[in-house]
Amino acid sequence: MSASSAFNDEKGGSSSVGEPEYGHDPASGGIFSSDYKRHDDLKEMLDSNKDALKLEAMKRIVAMIARGKNASDLFPAVVKNVACKNIEVKKLVYVYLVRYAEEQQDLALLSISTFQRGLKDPNQLIRASALRVLSSIRVTIIVPIMMLAIKEAASDMSPYVRKTAAHAIPKLYSLDPEQKDQLIEVIEKLLADKTTLVAGSVVMAFEEVCPERIDLIHKNYRKLCNLLIDVEEWGQVVIINMLTRYARTQFLNPNINESLLEEGGGGDKTFYCSDEDEDEDEEKEKQAEVSALAKRKPYVMDPDHRLLLRNTKPLLQSRNAAVVMAVAQLYFHLAPKAEVGVIAKALVRLLRSHSEVQFVVLQNVATMTIKRRGMFEPYLKSFYIRSTDPTQIKILKLEVLTNLANETNISTILREFQTYIKSMDKDFVAATIQAIGRCATNIGEVRDTCLNGLVQLLSNRDELVVAESVVVIKKLLQMQPEKHSDIIKHMAKLTDNIQVPMARASILWLIGEYCEHVPKIAPDVLRKMAKSFTNEEDIVKLQIINLAAKLYLTNSKQTKLLTQYVLNLAKYDQNYDIRDRARFIRQLIVPTEKSGALSKYAKKLFLALKPAPVLESPFKDRDHFQLGSLSHLLNAKAGGYQELPDWPESAPDPSVRNVEVPEWTKCSSREKRKEKKVEKPFYSDSEGESGPTESADSEPDTGSGSESVSVSVESGSPSDSEESEESSESDEDEEEEEKEKKKKKKEIKQMQASESEQSSEDDRKRDRKIKEQKSNSESESDEDSESESSQSESSDTESEVEVKKKKKVSEPKPPSKPLKKEKKEMSLLDLDDFEPTPSPQVTPVNTFLSNSLVTDLEGLSLSDSVLSPATIAPSSALKNYELLHRITGEGLSVEYCFSRQAFSPDANMVAVQMHFTNNATSDTKNLHIEDVKLQSGMRVKEFAEIELLPAGEATTAVMGVDFCDSTQAANFQLCTHTRKFFVSIQPPVGELMRPVFLTENEFKKEQSQLMGMNEISENLTLDAKCRNEHAIVQRVTTAANLSRVPCGSDKECSPAAPPPPPPHPHPVYRFAGKTVTSGSLVLATVATKDEGAAQLTVNCEKMVIGTMLVKDLLLALTQ
Amino acid sequence: MIHSLFLVNASGDIFLEKHWKSVVSRSVCDYFFEAQERATEPENVPPVISTPHHYLISVLRHRIYFVAVIQSEVPPLFVIEFLHRVVDTFQDYFGVCTEAAIKDNVVVVYELLEEMLDNGFPLATESNILKELIKPPTILRTMVNTITGSTNVGEQLPTGQLSVVPWRRTGVKYTNNEAYFDVVEEIDAIIDKSGSTITAEIQGVIDACVKLTGMPDLTLSFMNPRLLDDVSFHPCVRFKRWEAERILSFIPPDGNFRLLSYHVSSQNLVAIPVYVKHNITFREGSSQGRFDLTLGPKQTMGKAVEAVLVSSQLPRGVLNANLNPSQGTYTFDPVTKLLTWDVGKINPQKLPSLKGTMSLQAGASKPDENPTINIQLKIQQMAISGLKVNRLDMYGEKYKPFKGIKYMTKAGKSVSSYLFEFLFI
Repeated sequence: MSASSAFNDEKGGSSSVGEPEYGHDPASGGIFSSDYKRHDDLKEMLDSNKDALKLEAMKRIVAMIARGKNASDLFPAVVKNVACKNIEVKKLVYVYLVRYAEEQQDLALLSISTFQRGLKDPNQLIRASALRVLSSIRVTIIVPIMMLAIKEAASDMSPYVRKTAAHAIPKLYSLDPEQKDQLIEVIEKLLADKTTLVAGSVVMAFEEVCPERIDLIHKNYRKLCNLLIDVEEWGQVVIINMLTRYARTQFLNPNINESLLEEGGGGDKTFYCSDEDEDEDEEKEKQAEVSALAKRKPYVMDPDHRLLLRNTKPLLQSRNAAVVMAVAQLYFHLAPKAEVGVIAKALVRLLRSHSEVQFVVLQNVATMTIKRRGMFEPYLKSFYIRSTDPTQIKILKLEVLTNLANETNISTILREFQTYIKSMDKDFVAATIQAIGRCATNIGEVRDTCLNGLVQLLSNRDELVVAESVVVIKKLLQMQPEKHSDIIKHMAKLTDNIQVPMARASILWLIGEYCEHVPKIAPDVLRKMAKSFTNEEDIVKLQIINLAAKLYLTNSKQTKLLTQYVLNLAKYDQNYDIRDRARFIRQLIVPTEKSGALSKYAKKLFLALKPAPVLESPFKDRDHFQLGSLSHLLNAKAGGYQELPDWPESAPDPSVRNVEVPEWTKCSSREKRKEKKVEKPFYSDSEGESGPTESADSEPDTGSGSESVSVSVESGSPSDSEESEESSESDEDEEEEEKEKKKKKKEIKQMQASESEQSSEDDRKRDRKIKEQKSNSESESDEDSESESSQSESSDTESEVEVKKKKKVSEPKPPSKPLKKEKKEMSLLDLDDFEPTPSPQVTPVNTFLSNSLVTDLEGLSLSDSVLSPATIAPSSALKNYELLHRITGEGLSVEYCFSRQAFSPDANMVAVQMHFTNNATSDTKNLHIEDVKLQSGMRVKEFAEIELLPAGEATTAVMGVDFCDSTQAANFQLCTHTRKFFVSIQPPVGELMRPVFLTENEFKKEQSQLMGMNEISENLTLDAKCRNEHAIVQRVTTAANLSRVPCGSDKECSPAAPPPPPPHPHPVYRFAGKTVTSGSLVLATVATKDEGAAQLTVNCEKMVIGTMLVKDLLLALTQ
Repeated sequence: MIHSLFLVNASGDIFLEKHWKSVVSRSVCDYFFEAQERATEPENVPPVISTPHHYLISVLRHRIYFVAVIQSEVPPLFVIEFLHRVVDTFQDYFGVCTEAAIKDNVVVVYELLEEMLDNGFPLATESNILKELIKPPTILRTMVNTITGSTNVGEQLPTGQLSVVPWRRTGVKYTNNEAYFDVVEEIDAIIDKSGSTITAEIQGVIDACVKLTGMPDLTLSFMNPRLLDDVSFHPCVRFKRWEAERILSFIPPDGNFRLLSYHVSSQNLVAIPVYVKHNITFREGSSQGRFDLTLGPKQTMGKAVEAVLVSSQLPRGVLNANLNPSQGTYTFDPVTKLLTWDVGKINPQKLPSLKGTMSLQAGASKPDENPTINIQLKIQQMAISGLKVNRLDMYGEKYKPFKGIKYMTKAGKSVSSYLFEFLFI
């Protein structure tokens, strides 16, 4: 029997009281007996030994449960079948059990042993389902059994079982809160879990059981941030909401400077003012203020804070509205003002979803628009109301539109509002009129227009419209009553027609309040009202009394009798409120012998100047509730709501989030080795980089030392220091080197073959270059052979370099000693961290780096005291980019970095070092590149095929890409023996150049030739952390592959300046490089000024490169 | 999280209840019924209702209210999104999501709900995993089940839940490997009386029906991806590749799914494919009004405008309309005052028009409100934004699939034309 027929049968043969569809059944007396009989049927079926019958019975029972009927008397019959072999019967029994176990606790215990057996099953899914049902049975006696089961499951091998354990935690907690401490232990353990499957569920358990134990999150914070994108969508929502709270307790307010500024006066309004002449001065003042503030409290965003913002941003593209909303609220509560804007587009997108989603989103947008109006202004039209919207959506949209209204867009908004007034939906029309009123109070320019429009509405045929208009006009008039006595007169006339009590009351109040402006009409209105007094609503009656009292005080001659009459009528009114009011007013205004003191002040009491009402959005100040929460929606604290804490005054210790073992490494062998290493405070990204980077940098030093022309001295010092450490590595290296050489030969052959097609000239040139590289005799290989002048110049440079090196060499050692130390450390790391050395690091020609080293050394020798510059360029961290994520790569993950080495097979190419890690359980074979898709002119030199990458191992390879001095991506397929992955490499502009050595004079000369269009300069405020020489140089060299131009080198040339000049108060830093393909000069200058201000100038023949570089450098220096 | 779920039909009966924690009495729904009574229209019932001990969050789909009972703080969108997911799953399983379909399949529904939530927290919402757990009812299976007494519950365990691509099950096999993509665009526009556009926007979706063997890895590229202003993806789409190359790269779920929804940037002018000429007047004093409406195609690149349906909410004063359509049929509902005109296909040579008179209540004054006109339409084989799929490639599998891409444009929630003048400014 199918489910459907089961239901129908059951429907046909049964009935119960209260079920409307059977309500008409006259023979209701017989129902009970048939009911019992039917249950007997079911019991019989359940007792039979045929699965089909059992199933049929269970289906009927479940259908009963679904319709909310009581089936509890079947419990003993059902529970017997808990061990049934048939999987569907079993499942339905589970459904029944979970539903009724609470009511039949003793009988439920019979089933427990079945589940306990299930918990030991070898199949993870059966273990999980047993735990799931066991924990869902709400029977207090089994709490200890549940606790035990949860604890065991929490350390189960299968992540799925662990997930189920996480789900079981809140169940047990709600059953017995006493278990909290033990459960927290389990939560702590599960929080450390590294799988995405568990993350969402355990955070949910954390939120239900111990949301106050924020300290449990510290160690897992970075992991959660990094896993977030791969967690299932529901888990993402919970994690993001929790992290929002966490971040509020752990990080500083990113808008702290701005909020201080606002308090200080101005506010941000003047900031965006279009008035430029006036503004400039102000701007300067502001800047001074900002910098002053910055001095007092320099704000630097915690890298962990940044990590959170960065990792949540892609989730704005989720299809799940709840995820988008969660990210949006996170940005609203945590991001710096300038970055919050990104959420607007995503939220507007949600407005096209179901109306319930719109409803919630609009509520939140309404709150956001009060704080950050600018964010949604570009999307104004998305909030226009459609005739098909439900009323509640219309009203919310209206709210948003009103919040967005300002001087510039008010005319369009008002135009839009007018169309709404014509709508047939009366609630909506009323809301529109109120919205117009609010716009009028907020924006002075349109007040009169609005008022006129509203007055026109007074002649509308629809009474509701008129009434609402009257109420709004009343509020508007209160702002400047003297100007609008004619409107008051007009409204006085309306009293004959308008029947809506609120509107009548409003008119009467207006006339009373401003009776001096309408001295003739007011008594007449009172006369009419006195006539109809008995038929009025209470609220109107009260206003009539009010009007009478006010008129009596101002114009007692005409109105004395009328007032008496009204008061007499009121005295006998049915409503005690009105009677009280009448008595009170009579005492106050009518002078009798007894009432002395008060009546003197009656006028002051009644005709005091009343403040105009402020029409405010109902969404004002709602943002103290976490956005997106139920509490925010209801504007009341819901049960279990966790307050969003205020930002801390000073940041708690960020080191609590450091973890000994970096999570990102999946490869166990690497992990083990890492453990020995020094703990690093950076989060995983940079952690990953540090290894390859440092090794890449330290090696070439020795290389350049031994290979470049001016070998002699340098090669001596580093090599002996490194001998000991490198001994272990050397074998490997040699092997590698040999391989490398072979490879290179092959490559060269290939290249020659391939290039035979190219023009002969080209051919020759390249051949020569290859030879150069092969011979390893020349240090300068990069010169653009087309421009002779530059070549000669560079050779000049070279010679100078040599001279200087020699000079340096002749000097005593002190500066180079620390250098050695540094190297020692680095190589130590190398040994720990790095296996086979990637090819270019052993390739002998390393002119550029040696160049930059020279430069740095020079800087060292000249700028005396501080030796920092020497270490800067080489140790600057290289950034790792992800080429293939391990999930998409099915276990294979690939990262790449721009190693900044010369790519030996072709000097016009940028070397890209790729780091392959095989996280899968099987070996990967035949890793190679295929199907390269490039922009015209670009070329790629593939890395040699990696024949075998065993499971869990990692390796590196280097490929060369000629990007043609553009940031276009190189697309290709990465192929394994089984799969192909589309990947692409996009170079940051800074990697499209290589350092070149220039002296300050040369630099200035070159710079003077690259003026005008080729020069781009920008003013900036240096990041607070980036004010010293070391930091600036490091940031620039990290962002772009440039070398530092030694400062003051000209002076050095003249021998008569032995005492080094004192450091200039505002030093200027210069950097030079050449684009890789065309060899155009790239010159960058950072001129510092007071208070962290600075000017960045980039001169480059290629304007596109120049502009992009300026952007990148700006970013590097200001963040 | 979600405590209980009640399904309420249009007449206010609870026809299904499911509890994930201890039982909540169905009397809690009385608060919902109150709100339902207060609301003038079914869609105006507030989605979130606060009661003394619980919160009710509801969605309305297919004239059924899905009312979730919540006891403590939870993001409301979380619940709403989940409820919609439940409805989508029902639709996926039973083809339609009506009261009758749910009642007919009550056991399957119950089993589904049981799997989707654990203790009120979503557990398995991917339809792919659910289908592995509980087989959707088909006619054949129902028959077999009737005869053999076997079940809808899957024999195997939900291994999909353990996979790295939870949306796709392993071991999919088809004899005909096909992948179809429908690019469907909707225009939403508001046009004022004079015919100029106040707002117009295009939003589109790419719905896919992929029936491919094994673990195919697809990439879909566009000729003009820059058109797409704002996008949201199915979780299978690799975000990074979209960011870097504007290419959709994904391992597809099995069967029907929505790959992408997008919004076309508002910088591009939206060409509205039809225009309306209208003349609706009421004369003061007489009980007659004139109604004159003509439609015409505009900028459709030679494609026919089909399935045109015009609807207009006439003022309350209108008693009846006596109209004469040049093609198609019209109906006027004297109670709701809704005029609908089923035009069909627009023939550019002979423009469809609807002319005639409206009779007003005798003695009533000229109605204030002017009607708005809503137009629905369809254009096959054209995406109005001009979006074009460049190519679809498959990797990871050896066979050659059959690929198909279809374009369609329709009117969205409203292409409406306001027919009134402005009061002030």
